[in-house]
Amino acid sequence: MIGFEVETLIAILLGVARGATPLVFAAIGELITEKSGVLNLGVEGMMLVGAVAGFIAVVATGSPTLGFFAAMLAGALLASLFAFLVLVLHTNQVASGLALTIFGVGVSAFFGLGYIGTPIKGPQAIHIPVLTDIPVIGPLLFGHDIMVYLAFVLVAATAWFLSKSRWGMILRAVGESHHAAHAIGYPVVMIRFFAILFGGAMCGLAGAYISLIYTPMWAENMTAGRGWIALALVVFATWKPGRALIGAYLFGGVTILQLNVQSLGVDVSAHLMNMLPYIATILVLVLISRDETKIRLNAPACLGKPFRADG
Amino acid sequence: MIRLEPRLAPSRTMVYGAPLLAVVLTLITGAALFSALGYNPLQSLYLFFIQPISDSYGITELLLKATPLTLCAVGLAVGFRGNVWNIGAEGQLTMGAITAGAIAVTWHDSTSSLMIPIMIVAGLAGGMAWAAIPALLKTRFHANEILTSLMLTYVATFFLGYLVNGPLRDPEGFNFPESRMFGDAALLPMLVEESRLHIGALIALFVVILGWVMMARTLIGFQVKVVGLTPLAAHYAGFSPKKVVWMSLLLGGALAGLAGMFEVAGPIGQLQPVISPGYGFTAIIVAFLGRLHPIGILLAALLVALSYLGGETVQMELSLPLAVTGVFQGMLLFFLLACDVLINYRLSIGFKGKTA
Amino acid sequence: MGKLKAALVAATLALGTTAAQAEEPAKFGFVYVSPIGDAGYTYQHDLGRKAIEEKYGDKIKVSFVESVAEGPDSERVIMNYAKSGYKAVFATSFGYMNPTLKVAKKFPKVAFEHATGYKRAANVNTYLARFYEGRYLVGLVAGKMTKSNVIGYVAAFPIPEVVRGINAFTQGIRAVNPDAQVRVIWTNSWFDPGKEREAADTLIGQGADVLNMHADSPATIQAAEDAGVYAIGYNSDLSKFGPKAHLTASVTNWAPYYVKRVEEVMNGTWKGNQDTWDGLKEDMVQVAPFNDAVPQDVRDLVEKAKADIIAGTLHPFAGPVKDNEGKERIPAGSTMSDGDMLGFNWYVEGVVGKLPN
Repeated sequence: MIGFEVETLIAILLGVARGATPLVFAAIGELITEKSGVLNLGVEGMMLVGAVAGFIAVVATGSPTLGFFAAMLAGALLASLFAFLVLVLHTNQVASGLALTIFGVGVSAFFGLGYIGTPIKGPQAIHIPVLTDIPVIGPLLFGHDIMVYLAFVLVAATAWFLSKSRWGMILRAVGESHHAAHAIGYPVVMIRFFAILFGGAMCGLAGAYISLIYTPMWAENMTAGRGWIALALVVFATWKPGRALIGAYLFGGVTILQLNVQSLGVDVSAHLMNMLPYIATILVLVLISRDETKIRLNAPACLGKPFRADG
Repeated sequence: MIRLEPRLAPSRTMVYGAPLLAVVLTLITGAALFSALGYNPLQSLYLFFIQPISDSYGITELLLKATPLTLCAVGLAVGFRGNVWNIGAEGQLTMGAITAGAIAVTWHDSTSSLMIPIMIVAGLAGGMAWAAIPALLKTRFHANEILTSLMLTYVATFFLGYLVNGPLRDPEGFNFPESRMFGDAALLPMLVEESRLHIGALIALFVVILGWVMMARTLIGFQVKVVGLTPLAAHYAGFSPKKVVWMSLLLGGALAGLAGMFEVAGPIGQLQPVISPGYGFTAIIVAFLGRLHPIGILLAALLVALSYLGGETVQMELSLPLAVTGVFQGMLLFFLLACDVLINYRLSIGFKGKTA
Repeated sequence: MGKLKAALVAATLALGTTAAQAEEPAKFGFVYVSPIGDAGYTYQHDLGRKAIEEKYGDKIKVSFVESVAEGPDSERVIMNYAKSGYKAVFATSFGYMNPTLKVAKKFPKVAFEHATGYKRAANVNTYLARFYEGRYLVGLVAGKMTKSNVIGYVAAFPIPEVVRGINAFTQGIRAVNPDAQVRVIWTNSWFDPGKEREAADTLIGQGADVLNMHADSPATIQAAEDAGVYAIGYNSDLSKFGPKAHLTASVTNWAPYYVKRVEEVMNGTWKGNQDTWDGLKEDMVQVAPFNDAVPQDVRDLVEKAKADIIAGTLHPFAGPVKDNEGKERIPAGSTMSDGDMLGFNWYVEGVVGKLPN
């Protein structure tokens, strides 16, 4: 068998990290939103808006940092529209989320009209002189772009936030039982508002990673369904940030592995292979849900349910 | 400062007034958007909403486009009322298309008049079977049906891709991924000559009426509503939430499967890698726009279908970019969803302190 | 004044309907499968549309609808063109084949042009570019420029058109470098920049130092640029996405065909039931300008082969050609027929792996 040399393996692993990183950002954003009891199906739309905003900012300023901030802002802005609809006007979350995706696809395409085909230079992988040059370990540990590391930091911070911090516990309480949380005196609507905003910002970041680093360009619909995969990952991860990270890398790994197997000439039906992540997610869901007490530990009980302080 | 105050009883005026208000708001913002982009706003709106249905062909096309949306949405709405969140109608539609299409492809030279009835049964069964999976997983393992039905949609799409690339591929089609064309016996009869409007549209209308009667007049409709509104009361009354889950999903799946059958045996006429441009997902929005009421759903489906036709017309006539249409459609949906708040709430404009 | 008016009316009447028709511009409609964008398949068709506009100006009105899903929606768009008095409709994607035929049946006086399909009628023509001729030429470049002798190919769907391109490219490579092999990854999507990027990175990881692609985003070129290897574009000149990596591209030029057909429709000589399969000779297929990295002898080689193909003395699939399992498919002394090429479902020698399904 040709091809599986060390360099190949390193290249594969670097590719896995690049594929997984946008999924990690989007999944963590959605995870926080869902933990507060809100299901936002507009991930794809928010990613696209982030992708185009980040791209436009980089074309205008040349600064990737500003690009990522613009993406977070745009994602949060779109999310605030959703928040207003579901929290203030009490519209249905599923319908509003889907409408948000339709709107996001349109808005991003609209603002991106003048930017299709504009080449930009995205931020490159970091290179730490001595460390990155260590054979094998060097590129694997120190050869990624900055966002790959930030994704890990985000996961750790989110895990800490949810399990250890006071606000994290309040957030979970709101997602678990909004009436109880309200009765204790927590500002349910306010907390959900910020959770939705955070989700939007992270989805925006995920989109910008795609338009600035992964494939530095702007094209309509360029996220090509990754928002939906991020939604699946949240469930696959049973609402735990660490598992979302593992899930994203697993998904990225399976995809890259399938591509490698293909180019080595092994005959596999890509269609049947592509089903596997979704079937796996269903199986995980069944396994964790089987025991009613167990799912209650993880899944926010109020997910998707509207809250009316007066009702 | 503007505040929302709950009404004591839902406003009757607003039940009809809210969607009108939403349409007016959409028209105003749409006109502003179009003129800001340098297009004549009145002409744009005319091309968007009137031109597409200015002749009989346009009307048949509108009804054709609204048919799958209506079918899926009516089925979903029953579940939504009972708090059963099937969002996988897209996958159930695809499965219905696959089962019906597989029959049409296998017996492609059949001239039997039984073909269509058999395919309808197959479409219903295919959609139903696909929806039975989330029902089983929900009732047996408590797995959240929002997520399982969504995942199953992807599985169905890939399965269709596998079939048209392999077992069901047209042997004389130069290896292109699509099935052979269905025989005439496997195509739905037309309602209107020289159009594409098939009898499926009539069946959809029948389903709307049936759905209305069922929810309003029958015990099962009552059970669904009670389980949805107050699960505890339902429990005491002896209604089984599990039964409602099964019933809602099977009904929603069956109707989505039927919509899939209508698409392949109607306007498409063969199996292709993609059967639906997202009807199953759009139907969720349609269900809520129609306030989960079959008649409302019918109207919402017509409006959404019209926005698609209008998007094509403005491109054709004004070269208005598709992106603008997308923004406009998104706005329309938001306004419609948002204005419904006025049924149960009223705007109160009050000042904290009186100032002269 | 009254007399003048009467004279004018009489003159107008005398000129009759021809004058009235001449004032109304003839209308031509285009149906696109994706957004036009800035490069790629639909963009090239739109360049052709612009060429018509430029040539005929006010005499015609050209309109288009982009991102039309293949299936029932496309039939409505084509139908709306036909019944709004359009003279001709250009349906530019394979999936519009059956919808085009259905509409054509109802409008026998409207001219229909369907790209890449195989079904025709009295008022339906099909047209296709001999992309494979361009693929062969860029294959010569790839074969000369590779050092690792591993060449990667990011491909969309395993349909004959794509397989034909892979095979022609490989034939070009092997004509100058019999040791080189081509590895293919299918993305199963016409447009998914992320997946195309992953596929390209994977091929580079496996040692490919020249990449080619049959998909609609420039992600493959970008991947090559970042990894410091070469790449070859398709449909459009993609050099701005990889100034160092982009060696050349096989480009499609629909403008001459569109101008010709519009002219025929305008002067009433348009005929249906015709199949056009034009290539280098008719300028429907072109090779983009070379990168500075391509040495003069390679450029000369390409020019020579191009001249030979145009002259008819060179055919990318001239026998003997073996498939990649060693079986002879095209015997020495014969060339592959157009019909066989249309249904290409095997790999030539030099392509690694098995064709899916």
